[in-house]
Amino acid sequence: MIYLELFLVFFLVGLFTIGGGYAMIPMLQEQIVGRGWLEAEDLLNVFAISESTPGPFAVNTATFVGYDLGGVLGSAVATIGVVLPSFIIILIIARFIYNFLEYKSIRTGFETVKVIVVGLIFAVVLELILKNVFGDGFDLKSFDFVAFGIMVSVFFLKLVFKKLSAIKIIIISGILGLIFYGIFPL
Amino acid sequence: MNKKLELFLTFFKIGAFTFGGGYAMVPLIREELVDKKGWINNDEMLDMLAIAEATPGVIAVNSATFVGHKIGGFWGSFAASLGVVLPSFFVIILVALFFEDFLKIKVIADIFRGIRAGVTVLIFNAGLRFFKQIPKTAVNYFLIALAFGLSVFLEFRFLSLCLLVFGFVFGLIGQLLKTGREERE
Repeated sequence: MIYLELFLVFFLVGLFTIGGGYAMIPMLQEQIVGRGWLEAEDLLNVFAISESTPGPFAVNTATFVGYDLGGVLGSAVATIGVVLPSFIIILIIARFIYNFLEYKSIRTGFETVKVIVVGLIFAVVLELILKNVFGDGFDLKSFDFVAFGIMVSVFFLKLVFKKLSAIKIIIISGILGLIFYGIFPL
Repeated sequence: MNKKLELFLTFFKIGAFTFGGGYAMVPLIREELVDKKGWINNDEMLDMLAIAEATPGVIAVNSATFVGHKIGGFWGSFAASLGVVLPSFFVIILVALFFEDFLKIKVIADIFRGIRAGVTVLIFNAGLRFFKQIPKTAVNYFLIALAFGLSVFLEFRFLSLCLLVFGFVFGLIGQLLKTGREERE
């Protein structure tokens, strides 16, 4: 049943996200693209929308993917799933473990999860770069110079202008896409 | 005004006016919860953010649950969490309603092709940001390489999950052993 599956997937994603929205991308990629729910490209579109609309990234993504798969009820189920682990864990901490920050071993456990996340994110990025540039195969003839150019220029823009917000990066790359795919295709 | 309603409305505002969640919310959280309402003081806010960041889950919801509990117990948590989530929920459903048809327009499809390249860079930068936050030890480099290598070469739907659980257990046991050794010395 799609609703139960949506709930469980997003519950797991919520449970294993430590340190903010982007930390959940490797698991989302694996679960959502892996289950054939969305193509990798669709998921990138969803990330773009989640980043440029108000609200927490994780909730936006859950709502969007839930809606795609199961309408409004699907959204509700996915959102409840992604939020519930936070709610339960923090209630337990607020109620019973006032000195949570003093439990060094548990904290180190979670810190180490963040170390793993770094490796996982870089693996996802590699996969996405290849996908943007080569499409589904590894055909050199289909090398997408525009996608490559946008990635390189946006990366350096952010290096130079450190304050550049995510939304501005999205807008700039959208404009570059419009110009070099639409108006003056290379 | 009823405390729970007030919690709901305050967090609704925080959810509606912050983009990206997490740290983007900190200035508004400070303004609303510390300066205007006086529900928590600045130290409590920093503690709350430290806990929200060090525990699993969505940072925004962690913070809402935490403050909600302090002000209004279980139902306070519930009201605050619901408040912080609802704006996203409505906005995204509205966007999702039209998005698929919207993408069929050639111009929009071109724009989103560009945007996907940009988002890839955003994800890469998030990875770099996480990397900067972690201690640069040999063990950590090894764990990063392990996670990276396995997920590049293996195709398994629960691989990330297994690696994350492994990371938690590894860190937990490592710290327990270290503490035990320090106590013996």
